[in-house]
Amino acid sequence: MSAAEDVVTEAPAVEAVPKRAMTLGTGTSLLVLAALLIMPVFVKNFIIFQMTMLLIYGLAVLALNILTGGSGQFSLGQSAFYAVGAYTTAVLMEHFNVNYALTLPIAGVVCFAFGFLFGQPALRLSGVYLALATFALATAMPQLLKLNFLEHWTGGVQGLVVTKPDAPFGLPMSQDMWLYYFTLVVVIAIYIFSVNLLRSRSGRAFMAIRDNEIAASAMGVDVALYKTLAFGVSAAVTGVAGSLGAIAVQFVAPDSYTITLAISLFLGMVVGGVGWLPGSIVGAAFIIFVPNLAEGISKGLSGAVFGVLLFLVIYLVPHGARQVAILGQQFAGKLRKN
Amino acid sequence: MTQAQLAQGTSPLLAVRDVSVVFGGIVALNGVSFDMHKGQILGLIGPNGAGKTTLFNCLSRLYQPSSGDILMEGISILSRPPHRIAEIGIGRTFQNVALFPNLSVMDNVRVGAHSKTSSDIISDSLRLAWVRRSESSVNDKVQEILAYLKLEDVAHTVVSGLPFGTQKRVELARALAADPKILLLDEPAGGLNHEEVYVLGDLIRRIRDERHMTVLLVEHHMGLVMSIADHVVALNFGKKLAEGTPAQVQADPDVIKAYLGSKDQ
Repeated sequence: MSAAEDVVTEAPAVEAVPKRAMTLGTGTSLLVLAALLIMPVFVKNFIIFQMTMLLIYGLAVLALNILTGGSGQFSLGQSAFYAVGAYTTAVLMEHFNVNYALTLPIAGVVCFAFGFLFGQPALRLSGVYLALATFALATAMPQLLKLNFLEHWTGGVQGLVVTKPDAPFGLPMSQDMWLYYFTLVVVIAIYIFSVNLLRSRSGRAFMAIRDNEIAASAMGVDVALYKTLAFGVSAAVTGVAGSLGAIAVQFVAPDSYTITLAISLFLGMVVGGVGWLPGSIVGAAFIIFVPNLAEGISKGLSGAVFGVLLFLVIYLVPHGARQVAILGQQFAGKLRKN
Repeated sequence: MTQAQLAQGTSPLLAVRDVSVVFGGIVALNGVSFDMHKGQILGLIGPNGAGKTTLFNCLSRLYQPSSGDILMEGISILSRPPHRIAEIGIGRTFQNVALFPNLSVMDNVRVGAHSKTSSDIISDSLRLAWVRRSESSVNDKVQEILAYLKLEDVAHTVVSGLPFGTQKRVELARALAADPKILLLDEPAGGLNHEEVYVLGDLIRRIRDERHMTVLLVEHHMGLVMSIADHVVALNFGKKLAEGTPAQVQADPDVIKAYLGSKDQ
């Protein structure tokens, strides 16, 4: 066994979550859902836009969670899949007049293929080496999008402007609010599919590979197939997030999808708790709001303040939001007993 | 006469034919041949470095023999990749317990049924009706095996926290979930105390008789092998030293020499 494989199979570099603990209880889920449904009615359009972005980044973090928490593979290249999804939607909408809702599944399929193909060479790598290979992908993507011969479609350095859709059927709501609800429905559907997937035979195969590749193979799990499938699924979900992002921001440009985005998503996963799917939204909130918070504390030293805040989170709750949730549950249990 | 002895005349379930494995310049296995018949418990013994684990890994396709062949029901298994061994009815356990530590006992055993079922990511994501049916039949099977091995109490416990002896039983349960024709057990007695070894021997015999399996037992623990095996193959320095009933092999002068050393040395 090489040192690289040891990272995944021996040391718990990926802090795995038992499967039952991967989701929320029914009561909590309904509460969160109700809050997400009612909230936009009471807030301004800009806040609604921010909440839409929260859902979109939450979806992208969820995608990484399926890959890393589920199958134990690292990726610092999620921004590349996000970019492919965003550009697929932008090009289809602006050059081919395809309906925005239809571009989502197309982006998903394109990104699935891209992720599945990228997973093939990545099979030979694991742990930090895989992270480096995906890092290279993320670094290359913005430059690829600027290539001259693609410029007719991608708009080159300028990028593309995307038209924001109106609410259909003459519904009396703003574009932002409509897009929020549209995003919410897509995100909830994908969340449910992801939970189903991780609880299924395929999901068990992912987790078996994460925990012990040789034993998984002896049980008949095609390790190469499921590793690439995990990449494909993760890329597809990230691509859909990218599509929604393009529609919400109304603009795609190569420099929106740099390695910084990939690292942010990675950060979101860690803060939310690796492998804990509901944590994705908490992680997304961290990467969206904490930089603003840091800027509020000190304009000149916002990066340093963000660093300190991040350090505090990792020091106090190394397993992220999942740990907070478990502590909360224990506390609630104690209260109930008394 | 036992069932195994009656079967001697028929064609073997598993045939190891002249298998050699060479790592660089080192000959780990040198022309080893033997047959396994249906319903047998075959003990594979030998001192450290004799080639037992190498042979075991050839059977589970982690190593490719340099020459020779391994036939399962008359068909060579050597062109199969490791993950396509379970589907032809060869199940295994590992020397140092190779469970999926973060999964529950039940999920570990469910993974054992992977080769017996099929699904795809889209049907799984949508939880289509046929997927639900397949899952519920897997669950019934898993429940039955957990009851058989007295693991119901820990069904939902994550395996990494369980005692070693229990983990070994979970591994056995996982192997049984695929209903293998041949069960390969790599040192199942390792790390168990005297009483546990006795219980294990009984269990292996029960599995053979009640679940109609053929067992290949690679084991250091002489007492266990000699008490439950129908047939014993002894290896030393990659070569077959002796083969026969436990009594025959125990009495073989070469085997005694390999284990105890001779007076001449």
